[in-house]
Amino acid sequence: MPSPRLAVEIGALRLKTPIIAASGCFGYGVEYAHAVDLASLGGVAVKGLFLAEREGHAPPRIVETPGGMLNAIGLQGIGVHRFVREKLPELRRLGATTIVNVCGSTIDEYCEVSRVLSDHEGVHAIELNISCPNIKEGGIQFGCSLNGTYDVVSAVRKVTSLPLIPKLTPNVTDVASFARAAEEAGSDAISLVNTFLAMAIDVETRRPKLTNVMGGLSGPAIRPIAVRMVYECHQAVKLPIIGMGGIATVEDALEFIIAGASAVQVGTANFVDPFIWKTLTDGLDLYMTRHNIARVRDLVGTLQVPGREHAWTES
Amino acid sequence: MPVDVRAEVLSNTRLSSDYNVLALAAPEIGRIAKPGQFVMLKTAEGLDPLLRRPFSIFEILRSDDGTVAGISLLNKRVGAGTSLMFDAEPGAHMHVLGPLGQPFVPVDPPSEAWMVAGGVGLAPFATLAEALVERGTPMTLFYGARSASDLYYESWFERLGARLALTTEDGSRGERGRVTLPLDRALAARPSGSPVTIYACGPTPMMRAVAELGARASRPVFVSLEPVMGCGMGGCYSCVVPVRHGAGSHFVRSCLEGPVFDAASVVWSGLVAHA
Repeated sequence: MPSPRLAVEIGALRLKTPIIAASGCFGYGVEYAHAVDLASLGGVAVKGLFLAEREGHAPPRIVETPGGMLNAIGLQGIGVHRFVREKLPELRRLGATTIVNVCGSTIDEYCEVSRVLSDHEGVHAIELNISCPNIKEGGIQFGCSLNGTYDVVSAVRKVTSLPLIPKLTPNVTDVASFARAAEEAGSDAISLVNTFLAMAIDVETRRPKLTNVMGGLSGPAIRPIAVRMVYECHQAVKLPIIGMGGIATVEDALEFIIAGASAVQVGTANFVDPFIWKTLTDGLDLYMTRHNIARVRDLVGTLQVPGREHAWTES
Repeated sequence: MPVDVRAEVLSNTRLSSDYNVLALAAPEIGRIAKPGQFVMLKTAEGLDPLLRRPFSIFEILRSDDGTVAGISLLNKRVGAGTSLMFDAEPGAHMHVLGPLGQPFVPVDPPSEAWMVAGGVGLAPFATLAEALVERGTPMTLFYGARSASDLYYESWFERLGARLALTTEDGSRGERGRVTLPLDRALAARPSGSPVTIYACGPTPMMRAVAELGARASRPVFVSLEPVMGCGMGGCYSCVVPVRHGAGSHFVRSCLEGPVFDAASVVWSGLVAHA
């Protein structure tokens, strides 16, 4: 088990470590149970769930790009009812801190999925997916509009007392304003960033490399932009932030924490190394010893900008 | 349970200007691997290439005293990662994650086993052939390639007791044409009372053709598919294959439910269109 000093609180959500497996990159968590002790992770953000099952897009669904990858999975999934029946009991038995990524084509669907999850033991938080770039209806439609973000979050807020964490898209001009909308609507935290809408083309055939034409860019290539966005949101809201985008080493995770993230999620790097969790957890513990830091939260948002009392977004 | 081994390159045998056999010191994987399973290989440290790629385990390598020393991979140079594999020198290291996936189930006598390989699709059949020999199952290798210089290891299979049916597209060795030609004839000549199980691996159109021949002759066919894969562990849902489901089809992850599939369950039209 991880050292107690790695424990963090995201509102009412208590995590053993600040390191969470990112939604869409870790199946329903149970796929990894034979290789990874799920209870040793800060949390497991399971694959996005609608009310009904979904088939997703036709392959090819991924393509590697410099320092990253594009994906257009299309939120293939088993739906919330099968999830609570077939996966949740196993996650509970394994001692996972389960964060369920909730999707919807309509506000009603977001609410209904959240309601079902709220009725079951073993769900520790809801991450609202208003940022998937790969589906036509719902998702990013809400996440790219300030009113849409506010409306989804406030509607779901009314139907659940679970910690509510909207996952923001980076595909907007001013991500901080979306963080504020999420805060005003009653979020307990925010997570960011989802993937960047992107494309790759086979020039010989002049065809897109993904069947869906466009996909979401993830991996180390996006990390500096994601760190900047977490920093901007940290300046803009009081909400705890779960940061993500290309984290592959403990130094990467620390960048997000120092920029203002109370916890982080790791996605693409888990594809490269499914045993990365222990490396990151041990590395964080070592860093805290080396810098004489008692609790992770003492590190959150501690960016030192030489010669500046206030960060530039406030000036 | 899969393990991740930082494996030393023991040897790299270039078979031609495109094909090589890479021997990796991963005994932890070799000891538990079953025929047809695969590994996810990270050919270089760092970000380029970033993702691992799937490879069928070719041989289980054994020392003189019989202990497992590692595994080998049959590689064809086509892109960045496979070029690194082709150029790798002994002493280099690569991360190998495995064994992964559903294995071939070797059939027992009195059934015969017919293995149908196209090009680098020979890879999963060395371990299968060894398992078949252990069971005493009579086996035939139908093996096709572009030309004589692209056929490898056929004498290895012959020494193990496999009958060979070789084809090349240019006729430089064996029969001229596709590997499905001798398979089709053999199926037609086979009395319906004597059981045969067919195993196939190669280009998708070849596997589809084998699946159709097998279905027509009412013979079971198992294929080892090779879709684009992201993680190999069931995390990413990239490697899906359409399989029959009720009246329609359903995407399943080939890293978990494959790479070996009952060919009759695969919706080939969906696979070929997007492969």
